[in-house]
Amino acid sequence: MLKADSGKLKADFRNIWVVAELENGEVNPVSHETGGRGRGLADTRSSELWIIAAGNLKNIDDLADEFFYADRILIINDERLTGFNDETESELIRRLIEKYRPETVIYSATARGRSIAPRIAVLSDAGLTADCTSLDIEDTTGNLLQTRPAFGGNILATIKSENHRPQMATVRPGVMKNHIRDRKDYQGRKPLFINESLNSLESSLLKNILSVNRSSGIVHSIADSELIISGGRGLGCGEAFRSLDKFAKMTGGAIAASRGAVDAGWVPYSLQIGQTGQTVQARCYIACGISGQIQHLVGMQSCELIIAINRDPEAPMMKIADVAVTGDAVDIVERMSEIMERGMHDF
Amino acid sequence: MKIVVCIKQVPAGNSASIDPETKRLKREGVESVINPYDSYALEEGLILREKLGGELIVLSMGPLKAEKILRDSLALSADRAILLNDRSFAGSDTWATSYILSKAVEKIGGVNLVICGKQAIDGDTAQVGPGIAAHLNWRQATYVSNLEAEEDGRLIAERMDEKGSDRIVLETPSVITVVKDINNPRLKTIKGILEARKKDIEIWNSESIGSDPDLTGLDGSPTRVVKTSLPPARESMVLKFEGDAVYVSGKIIDFLKEKEIIR
Repeated sequence: MLKADSGKLKADFRNIWVVAELENGEVNPVSHETGGRGRGLADTRSSELWIIAAGNLKNIDDLADEFFYADRILIINDERLTGFNDETESELIRRLIEKYRPETVIYSATARGRSIAPRIAVLSDAGLTADCTSLDIEDTTGNLLQTRPAFGGNILATIKSENHRPQMATVRPGVMKNHIRDRKDYQGRKPLFINESLNSLESSLLKNILSVNRSSGIVHSIADSELIISGGRGLGCGEAFRSLDKFAKMTGGAIAASRGAVDAGWVPYSLQIGQTGQTVQARCYIACGISGQIQHLVGMQSCELIIAINRDPEAPMMKIADVAVTGDAVDIVERMSEIMERGMHDF
Repeated sequence: MKIVVCIKQVPAGNSASIDPETKRLKREGVESVINPYDSYALEEGLILREKLGGELIVLSMGPLKAEKILRDSLALSADRAILLNDRSFAGSDTWATSYILSKAVEKIGGVNLVICGKQAIDGDTAQVGPGIAAHLNWRQATYVSNLEAEEDGRLIAERMDEKGSDRIVLETPSVITVVKDINNPRLKTIKGILEARKKDIEIWNSESIGSDPDLTGLDGSPTRVVKTSLPPARESMVLKFEGDAVYVSGKIIDFLKEKEIIR
């Protein structure tokens, strides 16, 4: 909101804000990725974690239960806030920033977060870093250290916004899975509620939303899968994804793809893993016919276990994998499905 | 309708490197192309102008070398091409860049719609489009996958997000950012290329657009890159399974069971 050159001005801004992503009053789980990290940052600064919840909220008590680890929950409960209203939300958050002066404001780097946060950053004269994969804070100055991959994932850049408050960041979904699940530390504490409402300017900016379609989005929920079977150009043809899909369905896994397979038109972009697709942190990632270019690796190398199946034993993916299997991926995956089928019949 | 399409030159492929001093992208000696998403923005501008009439202006901020992508846009029949080039613009982050572009849109005057690609493939921030909208205090629609001009003159935009899409009435003036699904960009024709040679690329500086030097360049940018590092190398077990498909498939299944990934 202002160029906070002097230390005195900067001291006016305190607390960590995490803006929750809500749809139809429900909290998107990505909000706990940012929420969990926000808690850590607030603890480092000995300040408060505020959750900002603007939407058509059904049960406010549920929010306190869901965000048990927050110090305060700032609520803007309005039935008109059902859809994706860039202008209304930006103007609202801008006004609340001016009123409550948070030191840091964090959004999830979802389509909404990536659309609304830059608008607020301009309106509030704040620095904003997109798609962070790690966030730290200097305990004395409160400067946020925002790290994100740059140049196709070849390097990590750490970005600061020393002279402006608040400092803003969007966080890439799937990289900060440190949800706070243990309630023990928060027993006897309850987040305090603060209520705010839309003013007339903000209401006048609501969008005229004609219809909403919830079937074919940019991205499905690969990010939530424990087991991912991913295919690349090395599979040779789009048909091969049927074999991957069969194994995925039998094991409760999900299929995904490299950019090569998406660009070849074999599978939709929504399945793409990597720098220009999704980032995943599954327990196991099976890379079938994926050579392993750096742009793909940045999207999946944080998976716990990586199995690479490739005809080329020298492929980069084979070097970083926990298990490297030389051979025809389609043949091998089909046989894995057969074993699973036999296993089922044994019961 | 007066349409501005913002385009950016980006390094082709992965040939980018970093300036050790500014810690920003080094653009010298690297082949440049139009940001792929911006070609969808340009195509959508051309389609709209064909339907509704009016003027299409292509706008880019960058080094003089960026004339090439502007010249290519003229070959695709853009009416005007403007390059924003000034020493004071160098090192701008997304806040300052969107400020500069918004000042140019104001200077052009009478603009109804600004179209951008959803993000640039070098920075990947997706922040400049909404930033321009905010500086202009205009409305915005991001991740637009379809745009229809109704007979009553209304524009209907379809926007995508992770879970699906919605359809909204797009009030003008507006800034939109578009995804690949929106159209199929056309190719240049010889005739277009020849005609583009006759047109001039306008070069505007800070004075032309009236930008405040305190709000542009490194000094005007709220964010600063303070450190760059290599991503940490992954520690892996490096097991190798070798043999025929029957054997290795069994080994993989056993491994998945041992690690309790599958039952």
